[in-house]
Amino acid sequence: MSDKPYEIIIGLEVHVQLQTQSKLFCRCSTMFGQAPNTQTCPVCIGMPGALPVMNRRAFELGLKTAVALNLDIPKFTKWDRKNYFYPDLPKGYQISQFDLPMSQNGWLDISDPKGGFEPKRVRITRAHLEDDAGKSMHDEAAGKSDSRIDLNRTGTPLLEIVSEPDLRSPQEAKAYLTELRLLLTYLGVSDCNMQEGSLRVDGNLNLHINTPEGQVATPIAEVKNMNSFRAVERAMAYEAERQYEVWCENKIKLGDSPGGHKTTRGWDDGRQVTVKQREKEESSDYRYFPDPDLLPVIVKPDEVEQVRAELGELPAAMRTRLETTHGIDPYDSDVIVNQGRELVAYYEELATSTRDGRRASNWVQQDVLRTLNEQETSISEFSISATALAELLKSIQAGDVDNTRAKDVFDEMVRSGMSAGDAMAALGIEKVDESEAEGLCRELLEANPKVVEDLKAGKTKAVGSLIGQAKKRNPNVNPGQFKDMCLKIVEGM
Amino acid sequence: MGLTRDEVAKVSLLARLRFSDEELDTLTTQMGQVVEYIRQLEEVDTESVQPMAHVADIHNVLVDDVPRPSLDREDALANAPKRDDECYRVPAVLGD
Amino acid sequence: MSVLEFTATELLAELTVGNVSATELTRVYLAQIEQNDEAIGAFLNVDAERALTQAKAIDQRRQAGEQLGLLAGLPVAVKDVLCTKGWTTTCGSRMLEQFVPPYDATVINKLKAADAVLIGKTNMDEFAMGGSTENSAFKKTHNPWGLDRTPGGSSGGAAACVAASMAPLSVGTDTGGSIRQPAAFCGVTGMKPTYGRVSRYGLVAFASSFDQAGPLAMAAEDVALLLEAIAGHDPVDSTSANVPTPSYTASVREPIKGLRLGVAREHFGDGLDGGVDSAVREAIKVFESQGAIVREVSLPHSKYAIATYYIIAPCEASSNLARYDGVHYGYRTDEKEMLAELAEERKTLEEAGDRAKLEAMDTSLVRMYRKTRSEAFGPEVKRRVMLGSYALSAGYYDAYYLKALKVRRLIREDYDAAFKDVDLIIGPTTATPAFKLGEMNEDPLSMYLQDLYTVSANLAGIAAISLPCGITGEGLPVGLQLQAAPFEEEKLLRAAHMFQQATDWHTKRPR
Ligand SMILES: [Zn+2]
Repeated sequence: MSDKPYEIIIGLEVHVQLQTQSKLFCRCSTMFGQAPNTQTCPVCIGMPGALPVMNRRAFELGLKTAVALNLDIPKFTKWDRKNYFYPDLPKGYQISQFDLPMSQNGWLDISDPKGGFEPKRVRITRAHLEDDAGKSMHDEAAGKSDSRIDLNRTGTPLLEIVSEPDLRSPQEAKAYLTELRLLLTYLGVSDCNMQEGSLRVDGNLNLHINTPEGQVATPIAEVKNMNSFRAVERAMAYEAERQYEVWCENKIKLGDSPGGHKTTRGWDDGRQVTVKQREKEESSDYRYFPDPDLLPVIVKPDEVEQVRAELGELPAAMRTRLETTHGIDPYDSDVIVNQGRELVAYYEELATSTRDGRRASNWVQQDVLRTLNEQETSISEFSISATALAELLKSIQAGDVDNTRAKDVFDEMVRSGMSAGDAMAALGIEKVDESEAEGLCRELLEANPKVVEDLKAGKTKAVGSLIGQAKKRNPNVNPGQFKDMCLKIVEGM
Repeated sequence: MGLTRDEVAKVSLLARLRFSDEELDTLTTQMGQVVEYIRQLEEVDTESVQPMAHVADIHNVLVDDVPRPSLDREDALANAPKRDDECYRVPAVLGD
Repeated sequence: MSVLEFTATELLAELTVGNVSATELTRVYLAQIEQNDEAIGAFLNVDAERALTQAKAIDQRRQAGEQLGLLAGLPVAVKDVLCTKGWTTTCGSRMLEQFVPPYDATVINKLKAADAVLIGKTNMDEFAMGGSTENSAFKKTHNPWGLDRTPGGSSGGAAACVAASMAPLSVGTDTGGSIRQPAAFCGVTGMKPTYGRVSRYGLVAFASSFDQAGPLAMAAEDVALLLEAIAGHDPVDSTSANVPTPSYTASVREPIKGLRLGVAREHFGDGLDGGVDSAVREAIKVFESQGAIVREVSLPHSKYAIATYYIIAPCEASSNLARYDGVHYGYRTDEKEMLAELAEERKTLEEAGDRAKLEAMDTSLVRMYRKTRSEAFGPEVKRRVMLGSYALSAGYYDAYYLKALKVRRLIREDYDAAFKDVDLIIGPTTATPAFKLGEMNEDPLSMYLQDLYTVSANLAGIAAISLPCGITGEGLPVGLQLQAAPFEEEKLLRAAHMFQQATDWHTKRPR
């Protein structure tokens, strides 16, 4: 797929904030955007003597996600301390999971209905719980070389989801993130808001380069500070090219000494480049050991099955079902399902009551989504119910209104909140009666002998000019109906 | 294979401690003695023994997700060695 | 007879019938502190006004006919490792010299709920690391039985204040013997409860999987009283055991018929002081004369206890003490000085053109951490933090930490086997009586070996008590240790009380 002499190898580490009311190990609120240091207590400040107690809801949300990502849930899981010093880490260690995480060995399927890449199964190494750090703010305005520390976020529950290096392009990386975010939103475990930091992505990337001597791997770079999926896509693309250029220059391979070790780079969104970050030799020696303050959690197999049973239908299954039940294309099912559970329900109601999945799909994708966008609202707050829209689509099916005029009716429904019938009446739309239509048809054919000639010669397109004239005479004329009628009359001539 | 002064110096950075040369010498000797002593565990056969991180046979200690009031900011910041009205202050976390 | 010779249990009776008020009693002990503590140095912080206010409130409530808590006006001293809201909690460290907790430890809450009068905070080895209280950053505590001797540690102040009649009850903490060894050295009764029996919430952690708060007092009855007040499940301590707390005061006077005592050969090995040896053997005879059956038990892995402990405890400590970094509370180094020092270093390196060292130079943040910690921690704390950081660092985890966790299990299994045959294991608390102040300063390892008979109980998480059982030729008290299976504190207390009914060692006071 690429003319470059290398393959891109990407693995992603995603941190999602779980939607709990209180923090992972204390009962401070997790509400976003509060004044600095107003949501802390002895536990999350790491005060001497304070002790953690695990939030049940956080564990349940983690479990739910893990099951949905097809991860195995071991019977026994425990908590470890990851030791390092940083001012936004008041305990001097992060509580995380090292050798016995709550889940491992799962997968997530991704595909691109536009055909940008082949569908693939991305393996997921593990997903584990940990507590978040606080926020350091560099205070340059004050002209001092101080950083300010806000601990409101400290202790917020995170689920770290680590993929295998199975992604082969920036597009795949973005697709994986999009699908993951969709799944998490479907599960209701996280709001995945990147601006508020509830979803964060680090990417590990290197290249497998084909050389006459065989394939070689470049040193891995971990790229941080990517604040949108677009940024991830661009950062990965940039980093791949950068690594290739560097390799062409110095030929340093993964594992070479010096220079072959893993490095950390930050994405600079302004300059659209990755920048090497400072590292210390000892920085990765986290001295993990089991946290003596927290006890293991044992999960029974029937509890896992219970969670699985309560998951509900997930996006992948839903797409397939929409395609088979309502006869739509993968591209369409993708657009609809990606909008979330509520829109899918809306679509399904519409498709079922009109018995025309394709038409319903077109209306939902074009008119409904456009309006939601314009109104900056969500489907749950949308003024036209699926039943009301179904009434309009049924009128189209019945030939009471043509597709073009139906759009006007739709806009009128949006504007006034009227039903389809009332909106049609208000716009003066009524079905043109058969004899009236036929009269108009004959009249126009008579006045346009050239058209009759063309039609006789089989050039059915010629009827188009008559439709325009008919519409001028009577805007309610149904173009399809009018065309059929003209052809029939010409045939009988 | 005793503990070297170099190793001790490296650990001092990990532990965010700092020693004079003299202190480092003493520490290397003292830690070396303790390390030598604890090496006697090597003679214990632990082949089929499970590690015991907790003495208490307790598990699944989980509490309900119900928020409770936090500390007043003033109480939270009261012990900070350097602060302003809202935040703790430290030497710049970025670079030098 | 002065009230100072009364046990806490006797004092409680006097308080209850109104022979003495909490205020009067508090004044007596405050006077005693005033008079003696300059020589002993048991307290870091005595707040007479706070104590008297509490005492007055209790007296008023008693007068109003209110039902009072279990301790109903008894003064209690608290080791300065338990957080007290609005009252400095130093852990014997420069690091926390100014630290005023915004919350009370659960033990403190329970003491307040039991209507205890908190009379003062007692001296200790810095962060409870040590066995002589000499590692306190603030002062030395002297043994009331001989002022040139150590009171033991780390709860040296807690034991000394009871021995010197400056408090009838005292709360200490025991990580490797820190209640029992000072109790033995000071001739008082002190218990390390089962891990999980007393909440650790607000107990400033040294080694979290060992730390346990417990009572010190003159007699087993008093220990029962204080334990009943502070024990119990605590939902904010995940490691707290969800088991009912028996009424120790109700059962402590019931003798145990046919008490089965185990004697471990491992407790009578080389290095056991002759005076201690004979006092302990005498004590065993006392139990036998009360109908106890003595049999030998084996604790084959106990000889590895010190090595195991001195891996796991420093590892946990290195992590527990990482929070003292000069950012959120506690000491911070002088920043101006620190920045000047860094600038000077950079200049020197630049002039020498030493690029490697320039690259490796600490950032100002890292230097702030290192200077803060090095200035505010004492040598023993630094040693243990270093040991723990080393043992947990890359490449050593399996050889040290993991190995130690496995041996820890073997030590526990030895006890499980032994307690199938006996109710209690009896032996010396320490190999020698109180040693001289300064004697162990230069040799950390020999100091660590002092914990030989006590650390196993912490490794295994079982309960143990030390009670006075004799006085050596030098006039120093000897401690007898009884150990019991988890949550068998009642057995310890009943047996200790039986012994104290038959002997009067616990009533002996230093002159
Ligand atoms: Zn909190």
